Amino acid sequence: MSRRTLLTYGVAAISVVAFTLFIGWWRVDGPGAPEPAAQRPLPLTQMDFQMTDQGGATVGPASLLGNPSMVFFGFTYCPDVCPTTLSDISGWLDDLGDDVADMNVVFITVDPERDSVAAMAEYVSYFHPAIQGWSGTLEETERAAAGFRASYAKVATEGDDYTMNHTASVFLFDAEGQFASTIDYHEPREFAVPKIRRVLARAEEETS
Amino acid sequence: MRYSTALALAFSMLVGLPTASVAGSEDIVVEDAWSRASIGINRPGAAYMTLRNTGTDTVTLLGLETPLAMMPDIHETKTDANGVSSMGPVGEITIPAGESVALEPGGMHAMLMRLQTKMVEGETFPLTLTFADGGTLTVDVPILGIAARGPEG
Repeated sequence: MSRRTLLTYGVAAISVVAFTLFIGWWRVDGPGAPEPAAQRPLPLTQMDFQMTDQGGATVGPASLLGNPSMVFFGFTYCPDVCPTTLSDISGWLDDLGDDVADMNVVFITVDPERDSVAAMAEYVSYFHPAIQGWSGTLEETERAAAGFRASYAKVATEGDDYTMNHTASVFLFDAEGQFASTIDYHEPREFAVPKIRRVLARAEEETS
Repeated sequence: MRYSTALALAFSMLVGLPTASVAGSEDIVVEDAWSRASIGINRPGAAYMTLRNTGTDTVTLLGLETPLAMMPDIHETKTDANGVSSMGPVGEITIPAGESVALEPGGMHAMLMRLQTKMVEGETFPLTLTFADGGTLTVDVPILGIAARGPEG
């Protein structure tokens, strides 16, 4: 075999390896990679959205910094998951008592077309007094959900009505706004309350 | 002798006298029915209960009726691997002999669409279950607070 032929084969072999590696990178880490199924929420400090709370005040992710936070998405026309989540959270807060006095607990509506500030104010008034209700424009709602990596979609039902599919997890953040953990919908109290305690303990360590 | 006659009579009363054309649904017992109060009438309500089949035949629940809501239907909440919850009609519910089916938060529920009146805490409303064998069963469902978590409140 001549030197030239050997060189040609060598170049061809290296090209194949390089091409294979490139395809691998493209599909795993590159632009061709599938979106991770469930991404972690961004730190609150990297989120950017503006909403109105149940008292009419302008609020956003920065309003939550300084204390640990618990944030979840829902809508008040939701007959099952949302009242159950709000009741569960009310129960956790009752269990934790004074320990959670400074915690931000925020319910963000994914259905601002029906959930006005007044509607949110009335709805949250039936649950634990620490629970805030935030609503924003459709655009701000999208920005908020994107930051939390939450998803939601309007689904038509019988009789010109609609319901919302939405992420039902509860997101926990520390006082610096770093994402701490998620409490999944219907997680038993035995798991949920200790998770909240851990975030609270972390906040205390940081301040002491 | 007298004892066994009585027993035979009791047995014939139990087995030999089925109600009209109904087969099975008379053995359904509804337990722990409850619902949450509503805010006005625009939002759909939800009711929960356990359906226990005490008989020997499989019973199929076809639908619901109530003067409280124009469109009552059994719905189910499902949560996928990404934590996204969705809700949709279930269709028929089969209750095997000797078993129970629970309508409970986060699972199946009686979805009360198009409320005709507000659901007021402390009141009750009648809910009629319609079965495949033609039988019906009406239960009075207590209305608890909006933040209720179960039949005990």
